[in-house]
Amino acid sequence: MINLEIPEKLETLVYQAHMAALHVLRPISRKYDSAEHSYPTELDGLAELVAQANAAQAGLASVPETGSGPAAPAGGAASRAGNVNGRNLASLVGLIEMCWGDVGLMLTMPRQGLGQAAISAVATPEQLKRFGGRWAAMAITEPEAGSDSAAIRTTAVLDGDEYVLNGEKIYVTSGDRAELIVVWATLDRDAGRGAIKSFVVERDNPGLRLDRLEHKLGIRASDTANFVLENCRVPKENLLGSPEITTAREGFAGAMQTFDNTRPMIAGMAVGVARAALERTRELLEAAEVTIDYDRPLHSLPAAVAEFIGMEADWEAARLLAMRAAWMSDNRMPNTVAASMAKAKAGRMATDVTLRCVALCGALGFGEDELLEKWARDAKILDIFEGTQQIQQLVIARQLLDRRSTELK
Amino acid sequence: MRSMSAEADLVKPARQAAPEPGVSFDLTPSDEQRMMVDAVRDFAARQVRPAAAEADHSCRTPPPLLAAAGALGLSATGIPTAHGGPLDERATVTSALIAEALAEGDMGIAVACLAPGGVATALGLWGDAEQQATHLPALAAEMPPAAAIAIMEPRALFDPFALRTQARRTAGGDILLDGVKSLVPRGAECGLLLVAAAVDGGPSLLLVEPNAGTSVVPAPGMGVRSAATASITFEQVRLPQRALLGESDPQVYAELVARSRLAWSALAVGTGAAVLAYVSEYVNQRTAFGEPISNRQSVAFMVADMATEIESIRLATLRACSLAESGRPFTREAALAHALTVAQATAIGSDGVQLLGGHGYTREHPVERWFRDLRAAGIFIGALAL
Repeated sequence: MINLEIPEKLETLVYQAHMAALHVLRPISRKYDSAEHSYPTELDGLAELVAQANAAQAGLASVPETGSGPAAPAGGAASRAGNVNGRNLASLVGLIEMCWGDVGLMLTMPRQGLGQAAISAVATPEQLKRFGGRWAAMAITEPEAGSDSAAIRTTAVLDGDEYVLNGEKIYVTSGDRAELIVVWATLDRDAGRGAIKSFVVERDNPGLRLDRLEHKLGIRASDTANFVLENCRVPKENLLGSPEITTAREGFAGAMQTFDNTRPMIAGMAVGVARAALERTRELLEAAEVTIDYDRPLHSLPAAVAEFIGMEADWEAARLLAMRAAWMSDNRMPNTVAASMAKAKAGRMATDVTLRCVALCGALGFGEDELLEKWARDAKILDIFEGTQQIQQLVIARQLLDRRSTELK
Repeated sequence: MRSMSAEADLVKPARQAAPEPGVSFDLTPSDEQRMMVDAVRDFAARQVRPAAAEADHSCRTPPPLLAAAGALGLSATGIPTAHGGPLDERATVTSALIAEALAEGDMGIAVACLAPGGVATALGLWGDAEQQATHLPALAAEMPPAAAIAIMEPRALFDPFALRTQARRTAGGDILLDGVKSLVPRGAECGLLLVAAAVDGGPSLLLVEPNAGTSVVPAPGMGVRSAATASITFEQVRLPQRALLGESDPQVYAELVARSRLAWSALAVGTGAAVLAYVSEYVNQRTAFGEPISNRQSVAFMVADMATEIESIRLATLRACSLAESGRPFTREAALAHALTVAQATAIGSDGVQLLGGHGYTREHPVERWFRDLRAAGIFIGALAL
């Protein structure tokens, strides 16, 4: 039955995440925006709770449900027999609440790094056992390879039982604080995309040298690290997935699949921070004696109210697109376009909404007594990392119009 | 059930049950919904689309199409089974899926076919036993009579909660109706109108069968011309007290306005999908500078954004419909869906023409019609409802 509400079984998780955001993240939001690069020790206790909650949620992915009827037979997750509201949807609704609290702090939550998405997407059971649950960061971008991740130059050469990695990685979120770094490197620079593999590197590997930490527009609570890999040796069992160099499209597609799971999550972050801005703006508008009236036509309303409802509508669209994309992941439907639509809409929505909320609230919005200006700075990254707005548009357009990357560049 | 006694029919109105809300997030239509949508899609592609250009030109939906829509039961989803409707439960989501699929064929024809359904749904939700018994059996018939919801009035910044159409109570207990209503679909042939008028200071809904005090003038607009819109003037039209629908409850009126916003949002999604499919094919075939224009980001990104915004309206509309269907509050959600329609429907129509360039501006291609039709979606208040 068509239903677009957050399922009842996730309400507890939403409530817990919201309480954590309200009582742990919000009170220290400004503190770590001002004190960039200092470690938010307040998060350690929270991370422990989140890990426990995640363990409790772990069963979700495999339990299909039909609504009123009995659960579908085991193994039917991919069929229409049972509708799954699983791990992806649960992560999404939790992330929305946490990012309502603070995007930067959420990004630096111990053990919540994006690297885990890559690990769980392609790891073998043995690798899952070794790496699952640990704090893992993602190292893809290089000085000369940003959105065109197929152009990465970092190399991995097999030497006995180890791969030797050499290269430079930038913009690694939580790179300084994480326990593991998932590094993208090529087995053969001339073999194209099929040779690009991901390798798990322990943070304390002596071949992994921290070059510097970035000073940023926003999400300052989260460290963004640049690394140099100098003859960095990792056990060959740390290569995620298959070591075979496949045909160009296939192999790279495997690596790109991670994005189908992570992009809806970034969309969720955008939805969370935008909701924070909308809620605070509504309070400040109401204090200015403006009433939000949903019944009358937009053109009969005061301009501020019409603008607010328009922003809320875009927010709702982004939220539902993200839920759809996560739901498709849970139900093993191909969701590349849906994931990119969610990320594209949410990224531009959050940037637009948070900046306009600053404007509607004037000096209050612009000043540091409120968090509105910070949310606008924080939100901007969400239209950039995990694929910029323009990359999402490319992904959508290439699929809808059946264009190859050599045609629609 | 049809076994209800005649006496009970007169005392107690028949109501479709509100289904239990779904327990999980789910975008998969039920088997019944899928079958219905497949049938409507087929009808829209084979019969509606080929007739659309001529219907637009002549400002008239061909009667065989109205008959076919009636036979499919497209405007009967809100009629309780006691009065000949097909469904025991409310089907707001199904109605939205029908409107979307039909508008992919043609928005104006969809409005002409579905307008009686708006009146029927209102009677199903709020009509008393007598009102239902009087009007619903005819609306449930295979060829329902023309009927429509008349809310709009001819002035800038029209607000449906500040009506100039007045209904005054007479000393004898009757009601006298005065005012002008705009853009009423198939207005010239409507045997039944649901008219919004100020009664005792607040907006109310009145069931009106046009009579001598009613004058109708055809009033085509820039779009949805096949819906044969008309202006209707009421001068001292005398109505019995029982013409009032929903006991002048302001919430009933607000809910009807919200349901009409959902209808127009669903129509916008359908016509938007028609634009998307058409321009996608065109930009792949049209070459300039030696390659398909879809190889250009400035072209391809317009298509990508169009697809994203159509999906946005679609999801927001379905959410509000599913809330409405199960009896939960939904007017905020309907407002958000409609705000997306206001912001995006016109842009989709305009981009559709833009992507075809000069070709798009001519009647050789349907995008100029969709440009005109999509302008309607954010403007119309009433005419039909889900």
